[in-house]
Amino acid sequence: MSSLLVRGGTVIDPASDRHGVLDVLVEGARIAALAEPGRLEAREVIDATGCWVVPGLIDMHVHLREPGYEYKETVATGVGAAVAGGFTAVACMANTNPVNDSGAVTEYILERAQAARLARVHPIGAVSVGLQGERLAEIGEMREAGIVAVSDDGRPVMDGSLMRRALEYSAMFGIPVIAHEEDCRLAGDGVMNEGPTSFRLGLKGAPAAAEEVMVARDIALLERSGGRLHIAHASTAGTVELVRQAKRRGLAVTAEAAPHHFTLDETAVGDYDTNAKMNPPLRSREDVAAIVAGLRDGAIDAIASDHAPHHRDEKEVEFEQAAHGIVGLETALALALRLVSGAGLPIETVIRAMSTAPARILGVPGGSLEVGAVADVTVIDPQHAWEVKPEAFRSKSRNTPFGGWRLTGAARATVVGGRVVWQSRVETVTPRKKRSSNR
Amino acid sequence: MAFSQGHLLGLEGLSREEILYLIDTAASFKEISQRDIKKVPTLRGKTVVSLFYEASTRTRTSFEIAAKRLSADFVSIASSSSSAVKGETLLDTARNIQAMRPDCLVLRHAAAGAPHFLARRIDCPVVNAGDGAHEHPTQALLDLLTIRDRVGRLDDLTVAIVGDILHSRVTRSNVHALRALGARVRLVGPPTLLPPEAAAWWEVGHDLRAGIRGADVVMTLRIQRERQGRNYFPSLDEYARYFCLTRDALAEAKPGVVVLHPGPINRGIEIASDVADGADSLIMDQVTNGVAVRMAVLFLLVNRARASGEAESLAESAPLRRKAG
Repeated sequence: MSSLLVRGGTVIDPASDRHGVLDVLVEGARIAALAEPGRLEAREVIDATGCWVVPGLIDMHVHLREPGYEYKETVATGVGAAVAGGFTAVACMANTNPVNDSGAVTEYILERAQAARLARVHPIGAVSVGLQGERLAEIGEMREAGIVAVSDDGRPVMDGSLMRRALEYSAMFGIPVIAHEEDCRLAGDGVMNEGPTSFRLGLKGAPAAAEEVMVARDIALLERSGGRLHIAHASTAGTVELVRQAKRRGLAVTAEAAPHHFTLDETAVGDYDTNAKMNPPLRSREDVAAIVAGLRDGAIDAIASDHAPHHRDEKEVEFEQAAHGIVGLETALALALRLVSGAGLPIETVIRAMSTAPARILGVPGGSLEVGAVADVTVIDPQHAWEVKPEAFRSKSRNTPFGGWRLTGAARATVVGGRVVWQSRVETVTPRKKRSSNR
Repeated sequence: MAFSQGHLLGLEGLSREEILYLIDTAASFKEISQRDIKKVPTLRGKTVVSLFYEASTRTRTSFEIAAKRLSADFVSIASSSSSAVKGETLLDTARNIQAMRPDCLVLRHAAAGAPHFLARRIDCPVVNAGDGAHEHPTQALLDLLTIRDRVGRLDDLTVAIVGDILHSRVTRSNVHALRALGARVRLVGPPTLLPPEAAAWWEVGHDLRAGIRGADVVMTLRIQRERQGRNYFPSLDEYARYFCLTRDALAEAKPGVVVLHPGPINRGIEIASDVADGADSLIMDQVTNGVAVRMAVLFLLVNRARASGEAESLAESAPLRRKAG
């Protein structure tokens, strides 16, 4: 059996409330032991001195674009970006071509992931056939093939009756419905947040209410339907408050927020920067503050990047025509760590939102460094200062508004199932034997 | 002082001095259009390309006449005849035009920000001839020149702008310029076309008479007929009932009030015929001044590009939308 020792780091594990300097021993694919430094040994060693050792980060909302849009991203390049960004697992949305609305597509994605052998990939199936918002997709068949949730993400489920049935039916499989909340009619042709900036730039705005009325609708449906509702990319103060209240009432609702929504406000659109165009759009400063407050008090459970790769040609056009979305896997961690250094959030809160909470919401392995848990571990160097260079991304796409930003904190090593799948070249002590090979 | 901008993408961010300099330059060009031979050799050998992705007879013609009176060669590309219909992107169109080495590009586009997009990617001056609902800087400049010609000043003015504020690029350009000049502006229209954000800019109101009370200048905006189906207002008739500038309503304004309209006008909808054709109306003066303003803009931008030399890089000239600092 292979063994790996993550030595000398500060273990931060929200699942077990651990926070202290400990060595972590991995045997095979599981966490075998945690102990005071110096007591454990292994064939392979990662020196984590000065680093944080946390349960592997899980990005529960990414677009890997395969099948169908391989010119933007593939499963292989996507998981390459994931492990470089410190993620040991990602959950990928169904808006591929063909749509992931069948067991066959789910299996295809899983095969591609297995071939890449980097991060774990958890496919999310479509709610409706072809994302058309009309008929329920075969959720059971997809569940058997390996989906962990259903979502029509990219577009909302506009038909309230279909949403109700999706919540009811998915309850049978214990998986959440992940809702992209947007009233299409209200959002209209909006290409950014409706507010002073859209007015000044002469761009059509989508109001915050377009998101909030749908969140309110789905929470109302949840009161009766059973099942679990997860709000994707919460972007407004109203959404945060609706989720907070629903949780107080004991409803099975969870929510995620994207790093761009707690980092940037609508003014980042600047002079029509298409890399600041996403859906939901960047909102007001007050909304940004509300997202941060929601992460602080737990109204928002998870941080998810909504990694949305697009080809240069889809962004180098007029703002109105530009594709929605930005890549996020390789900047999410450092942006989230700004919540610790800037907004004063406890590091445990951020790690919980990036690992423990997504694991629990999706019911997937990981999110814990308890003995016996899967050995998905991220080693974070919290001091490492770096500049975002989109041209150096592992992702196939470069669409980010954070190019040139100086950030602090990066993944030094990413371990999936006991296997070191990524290490930063510069700072890491090279282990004697580069990689265990028996898994 | 000189005009230091590399492009004219909008009036937002321009200083009072820059705006007055543009208007003064335009005023000095007016005389040329009154000559028997309406042509000076100022821009001889220069090529001005106009790229219009939206139909506009008036603005395009005005730019063409302006360029020709300065002896520039004027090449006009309309969207119906351009590659746009063949699916060519704006970026590729820009690159192709760039390869033909024009001295100035005039762009009209339905997408807000399209001129900014081009300005970042082309190394000749770009003039925004109207981009979506964003700005229409030469229109606002000609409005100001027209006001100054008649009222005699641009200081201490009260200006009421009436109509579809939400979608009006003319309003945005005027508001930025009038703010720089220290005027008082009131925006008047139905709440559907006057979003709360407008109130952060200026005094807003929904009552035509109250809005134009005591105004030195009333500017009415064209109502796009296609807005009718989008529930911004129930019908053109009902819009006219509340917002048509009639002689009766105009009596609320200051004696000597002047009336402007960016055209083309919808008679009996946003403006009554007797007001449009009346003595207070400067609508035809606006059109005349449009040529002078566009001559000034082309002259200043092309000359600046020439004065700063061939060596000036794209990177240097591109971000000059706002004054440094």
